[in-house]
Amino acid sequence: MPLESSQRDVGPLRYAAAFSSALMTPDLKTPSLVIGPNGKSGTKRYNVYRNNVTVSLIDALAAVFPAVQRITGVEFFRAMARFYVRETPPRSPLLFEYGHGFPEFIERYQYASQMPWLADVARIERSWLDAYHAADADPLSADDLADALSERLADLRFAPHPATRVIRSRFAAVTIFAANRTGSPFGEINAAEPEDALITRPKYDVVVRRLPPGGAAFLLALLAGRPLRAAVASALDVAPSFDIAASIAGMIEAGAFVSARIGGPP
Amino acid sequence: MRQDFAAHVESEAHTLRFPAYPVAGLAGASFKPEHLPSILADRERRRFFEVHAENYMGAGGPPHRSLEIIRREYPVSLHGVCMSIGGPGALDKAHLERFRRLVERHEPALVSEHLAWSTHETAYFNDLLPLPYNAATLGKVCAHIDEVQEAIRRPILLENPSTYLAFRDSTISETDFIRTIAKRTGCGLLLDVNNVFVSATNHGFSAIDYLSDFPLSHVGEIHLAGHAEQSDDEGEPLLIDSHDAPVVDDVWELYEFVLSSVGAIPTLIEWDSNLPEWPILKAEATAAQAILDRRARGQSDAA
Repeated sequence: MPLESSQRDVGPLRYAAAFSSALMTPDLKTPSLVIGPNGKSGTKRYNVYRNNVTVSLIDALAAVFPAVQRITGVEFFRAMARFYVRETPPRSPLLFEYGHGFPEFIERYQYASQMPWLADVARIERSWLDAYHAADADPLSADDLADALSERLADLRFAPHPATRVIRSRFAAVTIFAANRTGSPFGEINAAEPEDALITRPKYDVVVRRLPPGGAAFLLALLAGRPLRAAVASALDVAPSFDIAASIAGMIEAGAFVSARIGGPP
Repeated sequence: MRQDFAAHVESEAHTLRFPAYPVAGLAGASFKPEHLPSILADRERRRFFEVHAENYMGAGGPPHRSLEIIRREYPVSLHGVCMSIGGPGALDKAHLERFRRLVERHEPALVSEHLAWSTHETAYFNDLLPLPYNAATLGKVCAHIDEVQEAIRRPILLENPSTYLAFRDSTISETDFIRTIAKRTGCGLLLDVNNVFVSATNHGFSAIDYLSDFPLSHVGEIHLAGHAEQSDDEGEPLLIDSHDAPVVDDVWELYEFVLSSVGAIPTLIEWDSNLPEWPILKAEATAAQAILDRRARGQSDAA
């Protein structure tokens, strides 16, 4: 016996509440306010909207997370996404912002527990799209930095580029992401190798780089507005082999920051 | 009523960042970034492109870049999908502000939205959902259109919906509903001929009767698109407005019927999923352009 959908919604402007009450709940009956023409049933007609809503939102997630879908296969992905869509419909009409909660959902989705790195791949993909739509800005160049260089180098603080993101993983999330994003064949991956990602978009192309040991601690400190001295200390804490010169050159090449200055937080 | 951005801009003494290309008498196509290189290689001048506003509401990046490239060469139509003009709740102020900024940034020749809703309370359903037609919803829709037009400081074109069902408490016909909206708000109309064909089939009315009763003098743009076929509970055809296929012959015929009374109105081929290569979409736009040109010549011959 199907449950009654919300029938308390009366009054001429309650139609959206009544119509939407059963849209994402297939167990509920067709709302009584809708009819077919000439005495026809409204059930299959209403189901067109139910189908449009759920399928289009699953499609939207598939567009945000193509590598996750390639890893799981389409059928697995769409089943997983269906649960997520019904649990967490978008709160914004901008679908390119949908799915920020999807990585956490994947972490607690029991059928994905055999793929513990899947959520981190999803985090990289979500950040990839954030970077894609981020505001345009000219990144800090090596020349800019040379101008800013002084004896107080250690006191430099950096302003992040709007696209810059760092994702840390206990797994080989960057390699798995890269292998599954392009569609080209790849060899065996040691998923247990921890990898951190730097995501940037200096001009129009989003680039995902794998960071060296200490690189994530270094960049996260700089992104938090801490001076270079503190960022280097954070990196050396976790990775005594941390290469300061190579990391500064790397972050400039990646376009991770827009400016540098001495003094208080930028 | 036609929207004429050049005239609008002149009266506003506004400095344009883009050329004020006229859109009168042109056929256009949905703009998809994957088609950009083919479109630029084509160098066809007589065309316009339409984009879904929400796809360009990010802060920056490649979407704005490709729209700017297109906008430098062609008139652009900005087609909003998510304003929920047909919803009972208040418009989303943040969304309206994003829409306003997009109009300002890309200076479109045409701006349109839908007679539909897609958001209720905090949930966004990503579909154009239907509304009952009665005095209460009429007042709400008109207030929403006033609010949008005041925000962007220009009239919009409101698109007739395709629907699969009706409401028990509708008391006004769709054509009367739309006619009154245009009269009260001064908005123009975007006549989607495929939507008329889809709704006529789904609700068992005559598309010609609907079009004969439609306030055609307010139409500033026409949409043509393909649809898919399913069946209803009684096993009869139920057409789905899928925008994933060529325009069918019946819709081309209705289009010619519309042009015979309104003249050469800017006409867009909508194609949003199962996207073909550019030449297929271009061929549809070229077919519409040929009909428009024949109509324009017919008018000047008659004059």
